[in-house]
Amino acid sequence: MRAADLTTAVVLMAGGVLVIWDSLRLGVGWGTDGPKSGFFPFWLGLALIAACLVITIQAIRRADRTPFIPPGAMTPVLKVLVPATGYVLSMPWLGLYVATTLYMAIYMRWIGRFPWLSVAVVSIVVSAVTFYVFEIWFLVPMPKGPLEAYFGY
Amino acid sequence: MGIENLFLGFQVALQPHNLFLAVIGVALGTIIGVLPGLGGANGVAILLPLTFSMQPTSAIILLTSLYWGALFGGAITSILFNIPGEPWSVATTFDGYPMARNGQGGQALTAAFTSSFVGALFSVVLITLFAPLLAEVALKFGPPEFFAIQLLTFSSFVGLGGGNPMKSLVSILIGFIMAAVGLDIVTGALRLTFGFTDLMKGFDFIVAVIGLFGIGEILLTMEEGLSFKGASAKMSPRVVLETWRTLPRYWRTFLRSCFIGFWMGFKPGGATPASFMSYSFAKRFARNPERFGQGDIEGVVAPETAAHAAGGASLLPMITLGIPGSPTAAVMLGGLIIWGLQPGPMLFKEKPEFVWGLIASMYTGNVIGVAMVLAFVPLFAAILRVPFAILTPLIVSVCAVGAYSVNGRMIDIWYMLIFGVVGYAFKKLDYPLAPLVLALVLGDLAENALRQSLIMSHGSLLIFLERPISGAITAVALFFFALPAITPWVRRLRGAPVAAVKPRET
Repeated sequence: MRAADLTTAVVLMAGGVLVIWDSLRLGVGWGTDGPKSGFFPFWLGLALIAACLVITIQAIRRADRTPFIPPGAMTPVLKVLVPATGYVLSMPWLGLYVATTLYMAIYMRWIGRFPWLSVAVVSIVVSAVTFYVFEIWFLVPMPKGPLEAYFGY
Repeated sequence: MGIENLFLGFQVALQPHNLFLAVIGVALGTIIGVLPGLGGANGVAILLPLTFSMQPTSAIILLTSLYWGALFGGAITSILFNIPGEPWSVATTFDGYPMARNGQGGQALTAAFTSSFVGALFSVVLITLFAPLLAEVALKFGPPEFFAIQLLTFSSFVGLGGGNPMKSLVSILIGFIMAAVGLDIVTGALRLTFGFTDLMKGFDFIVAVIGLFGIGEILLTMEEGLSFKGASAKMSPRVVLETWRTLPRYWRTFLRSCFIGFWMGFKPGGATPASFMSYSFAKRFARNPERFGQGDIEGVVAPETAAHAAGGASLLPMITLGIPGSPTAAVMLGGLIIWGLQPGPMLFKEKPEFVWGLIASMYTGNVIGVAMVLAFVPLFAAILRVPFAILTPLIVSVCAVGAYSVNGRMIDIWYMLIFGVVGYAFKKLDYPLAPLVLALVLGDLAENALRQSLIMSHGSLLIFLERPISGAITAVALFFFALPAITPWVRRLRGAPVAAVKPRET
């Protein structure tokens, strides 16, 4: 946990430096009609760095050797994260509805080991309901791909 | 005057269309409250884009009903599955789950729902009485007062939130910094975009909520490898009536918990400490405290009443001051801005039908809520028996749809995923997420208040201390900020051990 704590604090401090750097570009002082754009972010960045320094010192003092992720827990987390990333990656090409169908199907088959019939039924019904609710009922457009284009949407 | 307005509100809330929305809201909210990874804040965030075309009053009725539903849903999972859906339901599991395992699930659920109802109703009555007065006072507030209140809001996370105060502070700062990203409306300058056009519009808080709370929670749930060993509950009208007959015995607990809940809930982040405090008070005053934790109905009544009184109370500062008391209230506040309403005390003058419709809908929403959950508990509980391999991708895709529909931008779905990983890491490292979301929502308002105050004072920060109202509020805020530094010192003086049990933040 200590390593993770230190890493986070260092990353956030680096973020703080970026914020301060950009604020200095914008000006942190008094403009013609009030504080300049960089004023508020500048102090936020400075406070962020200060707070992270305290956290760093606390973390160094505390000898917390428990791992950030308990052994064996990485796999289930990745099993969610990797398909989800693939889902988002495929969305611009396939459109949201096809991507959702495939994602549901792959996840159910791979993780849940469901029979093909239930995989097909659940994944298609979920997409169809989403399509109906968003495209037809509430008229909120979602990313669409070749399949929707084929049907004229 | 108040009664007339409330009457006007009921005319709005009791319109068939709005009643229908309340029913839909409660049903969806309960489902969302039962599902792992989807809480009240999330549900409201996902549904918000669908309300853009609605009437603001109908939209807020839908969303508050969803909020009540999610609160009720949290009790179901706590009692039947020993899984607190929300942090303030943790204390409910102490006695609720043992009761369910002893075969008293029906009694526990009835007690929980009834207590929730009583707690929420208590808060709503107080809101009805005090909201107009508070709004009247707030009308006299200028920018310094509003900034001072913001300061107070965030200081209470640092000073009273429990956990590491430095990490609360970091969360707040990250939220404010993210709010600053993009176009600065006052000067027209681009801030913190570093040349990326995608950053010009900044970060949407709805996407942040969906990612941080939704995806992050799913990852955490998977890591812990949850297995749902649910106890079953027999609900019948007879069980409900019999439980109701025993409940008046605990009127002292009800009353005490109501006050604790309202008092704590008025301040941000108060629902969780309120539920724990109410539980420990109930235990201290109980005739046989050793029964607590074994399945005592009073141990269900106390935290549920307090949590819901607090949940209701957190809406009071949102309506009157435009300062949300909880992440869910923050999302609703964002909705108000999107619907074209200016949150704050002027709402009472400009849009009375909106404010009073909202207040009246809290009564109707709660009545509908308690009736629906009592009637359909088995149905809602059955959701958790849906296999995880279906629930997980379903929740992820619902989140993706919600994130996309906010602005219709693909990049928001990526942000959602990134926020999910960040939320997961932050939760593991005890960085609280609620203050981050609140700061992201309030960032622009806070900065504007600060700017206007400084313009008024020609750049002197003393303006916050010199004006009487803002001075008093700022002083309290500074005290809260300093509290974590003072407390160990005071404890040492008293010779008390430095130990605080902290509820896990969700």
